[in-house]
Amino acid sequence: MPQDSIQIDPPLALLAELTHRCPLRCPYCSNPLKLERASDELGEAEWIRVLDEAAALGVLQVHFSGGEPMARRDLAALIGAASSRGLYSNLITSGALGGESELRAFAGAGLKHVQLSFQDVVAESADRIAGLAGAHERKIAFAQAVRAIGLPLTVNVVVHRPNLGGIGRMIDFAVALGAQRLEIAHVQYYGWALANRAALLPSRSELDAATEVVEAARERLKGILAIDYVVPDYHAVRPKSCMSGWGRRFLNISPAGKVLPCHAAEVLPGLSFPSVRDANLTDIWYRSDAFNRFRGTAWMAEPCRSCERRTVDWGGCRCQAFLLTGDAARTDPVCALSPDHGLVEDARRKASAAAFRYRRDPATLPTV
Amino acid sequence: MAGTKDRLVVSTTTVLRFAPHIVFRFDDTRRRWIIMAPERLMLPDEQAVEILQLVDGKIEVGGIVDKLAARYTQAAREVIAKDVVAMLQDLADKGCLAAGSSDAAG
Repeated sequence: MPQDSIQIDPPLALLAELTHRCPLRCPYCSNPLKLERASDELGEAEWIRVLDEAAALGVLQVHFSGGEPMARRDLAALIGAASSRGLYSNLITSGALGGESELRAFAGAGLKHVQLSFQDVVAESADRIAGLAGAHERKIAFAQAVRAIGLPLTVNVVVHRPNLGGIGRMIDFAVALGAQRLEIAHVQYYGWALANRAALLPSRSELDAATEVVEAARERLKGILAIDYVVPDYHAVRPKSCMSGWGRRFLNISPAGKVLPCHAAEVLPGLSFPSVRDANLTDIWYRSDAFNRFRGTAWMAEPCRSCERRTVDWGGCRCQAFLLTGDAARTDPVCALSPDHGLVEDARRKASAAAFRYRRDPATLPTV
Repeated sequence: MAGTKDRLVVSTTTVLRFAPHIVFRFDDTRRRWIIMAPERLMLPDEQAVEILQLVDGKIEVGGIVDKLAARYTQAAREVIAKDVVAMLQDLADKGCLAAGSSDAAG
């Protein structure tokens, strides 16, 4: 059997999920089904210690995210702490809370970039998807404030069957807002999105039409708007290189301080994720069982184990493997070589125009 | 809403600076130069680092070429110019570089 030696490099980026609180209720929310409570969140001093440890570990970029990170009153202080430690800071926000005065404080504290989400380009549809009336107009005002201050803006639009047809208008919308980047990300099927999969997954022909629009726009807008495009892996032949491999580039810290190789990893059974309240980030990154469990290739079963792409896609996504097959160590079923690939084919067949259910809707808490 | 903008086309008479949100620095952990941009990290090779160290918001691209041509006398100036312009154009298209002096507002 081929074995590849494991070299553990320091992580490049930290996703700091400051809170699970958010005024929006998007049906594809990537937060876990069981949201952490505000009273369990790390405090300001704890986060500043974490930023110290992250810089010492070699982290270069910090993404302040959530939930809605602007629900935290200490966000400017945390951005300042990141900047003073040489960390490049990025705000990932819904833009539904706050505006120019907060943004000025963030810019003064050294914030480098804002990623702002939109649910659609038409207010009626966008507010329906977000589950919050008036959200879209607030986001447009927020985008204008970002540009007025001179911070670079990435517009993020999560796409799925109900809004995919408007992809051309989304691109024009991002240009008009003065964004430098547009991230068009198809829903990834975890958490709330997996529960809503049949309502969200586009057909192959819908996907191909959207991809064609993106490719033409990329050429037309070269040097004006960069477009990052994440396709739904359910229509792929090979899996995504999830997080560029388990414990290779990224770490994620939950609002209560749990350190995860990715934001969805808590669904995996049999793994105990260490907390920054109990251990140092360097110990966690290099020595914890959770981070070492799926590092490298030794954990792999066939067909991954002997596959020439084993160090390209790293077996795909562990969470997806578990969510679809019940075993986190199997090949990601998205891969056409996976013995479980029929599960994905089945999901593609079952995709329909069914209605979605909102995050936090207690009557419809999903079972998968 | 903010208006649209034009693509920055790099020539030997362009003066370039790093865009305000770009950080070009040496990383002590990895012992190499890095470029940090929104949600991405670039690892410029040795040649690119040498060019980028000359980007200061004052010098024209042609001036950068002159300096490199003086260092590498075995290479033709036109060849160096072509490589330098292509490399800087690529980074301009990625939003890492902007035209004009460092004193101008972002």
